[in-house]
Amino acid sequence: MQDCGWKIGGKQGEGIDSTGDIYAIALHRMGYYVFTYRHFMSLIKGGHTNYKIRVADEQIRHHGDLVHVLIAFDQTTIDENWQELADGAVVIYDGAAFEAKLPGDRDVNLCQVPLTEIAKQAGGAIMKNMVSIGVTAAIHNMDPELFHPVIEDKFGKKGAKVVQSNLEAVRQGYVYYEEHYKAHIPMPKPSVVPSDERHFYVSGNQAAGFGALAGGCRFLAAYPITPATEIMYWLINEMPKHGGIVVQAEDEIAAVNMAIGANFSGVPAMTSTSGPGFSLMMEALGLAGMSETPLVIVDVQRSGPSTGLPTKTEQSDLNEALYGTHGEIQRIVLTPRTVEECFLYTADAFSLAEKYQMPVIVLTDLYMGMSSQTIDRFPADKVMADTGKRISDEALLALEPGAFVRYDETVKDGVSPRSLPGQKNGRYVALGNEHNGIGLEVEETYIRQAQADKRMRKLQHFTHQSGVTVDGIKDAPFALVGFGSTYGLLEEARQKLAQSGLQVKHIHFSRVAPFPKEDFAAAMGGVERALVVELNQQGQLANVIRREAGYHDILFNGLKYNGDPLYLHEVLERAGQVFPMGVLQ
Amino acid sequence: MSTMKDFKAEKPTWCPGCGDFGVLNAMQRAAVSLGLEPENVAVISGIGCSGKMSQHFGGYGLHSLHGRSLPTAQAVKLANKNLTVMAAGGDGDGFGIGMGHFIHAMRRNVDITYIVMDNHIYGLTTGQASPTSDIGSTTKTSPHGTVEKPIEPLQLALSERCGFIAQGFSGDTKHLATLIEKAIRHRGFSFVNVFSPCVTFNKVNTYEFYKTGLVNLDEDEGYNNADRFEAMRRVSEANNLVVGVVYEDPAQTAYEDTVYGYPSESLVSMERGLKQEEYDRILAAFH
Ligand SMILES: Cc1ncc(C[n+]2csc(CCOP(=O)(O)OP(=O)(O)O)c2C)c(N)n1
Ligand code: SF4
Ligand SMILES: [Mg+2]
Repeated sequence: MQDCGWKIGGKQGEGIDSTGDIYAIALHRMGYYVFTYRHFMSLIKGGHTNYKIRVADEQIRHHGDLVHVLIAFDQTTIDENWQELADGAVVIYDGAAFEAKLPGDRDVNLCQVPLTEIAKQAGGAIMKNMVSIGVTAAIHNMDPELFHPVIEDKFGKKGAKVVQSNLEAVRQGYVYYEEHYKAHIPMPKPSVVPSDERHFYVSGNQAAGFGALAGGCRFLAAYPITPATEIMYWLINEMPKHGGIVVQAEDEIAAVNMAIGANFSGVPAMTSTSGPGFSLMMEALGLAGMSETPLVIVDVQRSGPSTGLPTKTEQSDLNEALYGTHGEIQRIVLTPRTVEECFLYTADAFSLAEKYQMPVIVLTDLYMGMSSQTIDRFPADKVMADTGKRISDEALLALEPGAFVRYDETVKDGVSPRSLPGQKNGRYVALGNEHNGIGLEVEETYIRQAQADKRMRKLQHFTHQSGVTVDGIKDAPFALVGFGSTYGLLEEARQKLAQSGLQVKHIHFSRVAPFPKEDFAAAMGGVERALVVELNQQGQLANVIRREAGYHDILFNGLKYNGDPLYLHEVLERAGQVFPMGVLQ
Repeated sequence: MSTMKDFKAEKPTWCPGCGDFGVLNAMQRAAVSLGLEPENVAVISGIGCSGKMSQHFGGYGLHSLHGRSLPTAQAVKLANKNLTVMAAGGDGDGFGIGMGHFIHAMRRNVDITYIVMDNHIYGLTTGQASPTSDIGSTTKTSPHGTVEKPIEPLQLALSERCGFIAQGFSGDTKHLATLIEKAIRHRGFSFVNVFSPCVTFNKVNTYEFYKTGLVNLDEDEGYNNADRFEAMRRVSEANNLVVGVVYEDPAQTAYEDTVYGYPSESLVSMERGLKQEEYDRILAAFH
């Protein structure tokens, strides 16, 4: 694989995001694989922000450790990012704005370009971003005209003049660099000819929204929260085209209860949120479990606890997803490994929720949710379509009024058919109180026990395409283990470790509940040491594994919880401590 | 044609004499009078003695969480517009823990009816002060008398421009049934507050207390229930002790009639999944 890292940084409000978007989309359309990561703060203007884009000739699922081109709008950008600079990297800065200094020793090229001055000549200072794209094109020996279509798309609405001056800014940036500097960084060759069927640029949040729609969701109730709001934005645009609605609830308690209400009526419904909102939903999670009402919650995790770091990534809601709410309920917890699985498992969540009549939690995180990236295909052909057990109108009409037993505790698999409001003779009460078959609250000990056992039986024969995957050497003695969004990075780490001669495999969870016991045991065959890598402080996944499967003596933690996403060198470093050092050079 | 029997379910578990019997009876009468079929009515209740309403009323029921009947009920209705949806609960449920939802339900104006059994006390938890308890009420949690100003549900609803506001008394189920019937007929969110005595834990706000001293606005020919400020004044003058339709604004449009894209068919009848051309259109946007 050939790859290359580009980063632009400055103050929030300087147009960093839109510049990154233009550059990323342009490369994507040329047939590259891109992966973006936005570093931003929980304020609107002024704080440091940067936008990293990794470009490659193969599928990538991580934004990469290295920066080969850094566009720095201020010294802070250099101070915050210089350690990522690759040998021979080019740093572009505007000498009229500040005199760039490297805080440490690095073999890189500091290149002064009068970005603002060139922008002014092209039509306005605001276009310094576009000048920097032109400079980038020069550094990579790319034709600046390649950016024309994206600029047309982005600014076409504002008129031909705006398009022309932006293009001019790109050209002038290109010319200036060509005339003044010699440092060039080779760019990989694009490997794909994008087609209607192939090559999409999408974030995990968009994929989750799309998946919801494909899975049958026609009702979203949500309350704005970073980093989940984009799911709401995406569905606000799409739902009305498919006969569905989005309600902005007054808070997350309302949102989740609305999702329960809509599901009770028979409409696949969900709520999307992040940690603080998810915490507010705990009581309702129990209601869905107890009343056996389908419910889908997408939790795009961010750094906690409490308000935590609202704009930083983490995988620390796993315990809450698995164990949250008082009392005991069954739930399904899916942890998509990739953007494709964000689509697929969010879609499937609706079928699973109806099939098993219980809450399904889709756990993603800021890193996957907000990072746009290139994927080859959406696995639309793999989406489940199951509306679960329903009692038919005819079957109900054959019953005496009041004879329908919604919560029939004698059913073998624990899942009793449900009726929907509007069906004659189908009356029942869905409730959070312990209840008898028809949904009347009761406290008889034998009924309580029978109903509790009924609910617990529901997942005994659970099957779904999610679970645990194994990459690499099947019976290797060393294993990297993770869940959710770290899949791509751990794959890169596995490949690196394998290249250096280590017998290693990579085990990854795309579902944590119900725990894929057998598959995990099979995956662990032959393992002498397993390094469980996760973005939280307490090793939540490792603890789940200990609890569900054992392996106490051979599990090692690889933990990160400082707010930054995980890097390859960090995984390799920790691997070097846990696995035999000799083979790692 | 449905009859009272169609809206009966299991025998209620309320204390003999509890005001909530009257509310149940009035809801059933209203449903019969409107010619509703039980399978097309859903009652969504909160938690409390009043919260048992969903179990005792013979329609579909969702006995939700303490304070959360309103968001749940709005969604039940939005998902299936062919249902008649009533939310029901107590004063603690609606004006304590669920107060936020009450105000937002009035703002949102989904076409449901909200019935509060206001007994000025927490009944199910055996007699604690409630948000509508009068100042000085001695209860288990206020042995020296409450000091907080009580919520005034009607004034609150008036200030929020709720499109239909009524108050009834469970000692007069006939009148209460007419109020609930009007409330259901009103297109948009409608609110019916009911003085529903707790005979076990509230020895002040009793049937006797309400039998004298309630001003019936429906019988007052001079009363114009389209005038919000007049309503505020009259409610205030009577120290909230009014019954009847306090305010109605038929011109308000319900959420369903206003919100962009709400389909003309019921959401529950929508096709699942996506057709190939829908996939293609969405995919094209990701290129
Ligand atoms: C979250 C939560 N907190 C507390 C309770 C306990 N609780 C149940 S009913 C109730 C108050 C009931 O009062 P009200 O709503 O006035 O209903 P009433 O019983 O008077 O009809 C309380 C505090 C609960 N069920 N859930
Ligand atoms: S405690 Fe009060 S409110 Fe509850 S059932 Fe008895 S009388 Fe009714
Ligand atoms: Mg009460």
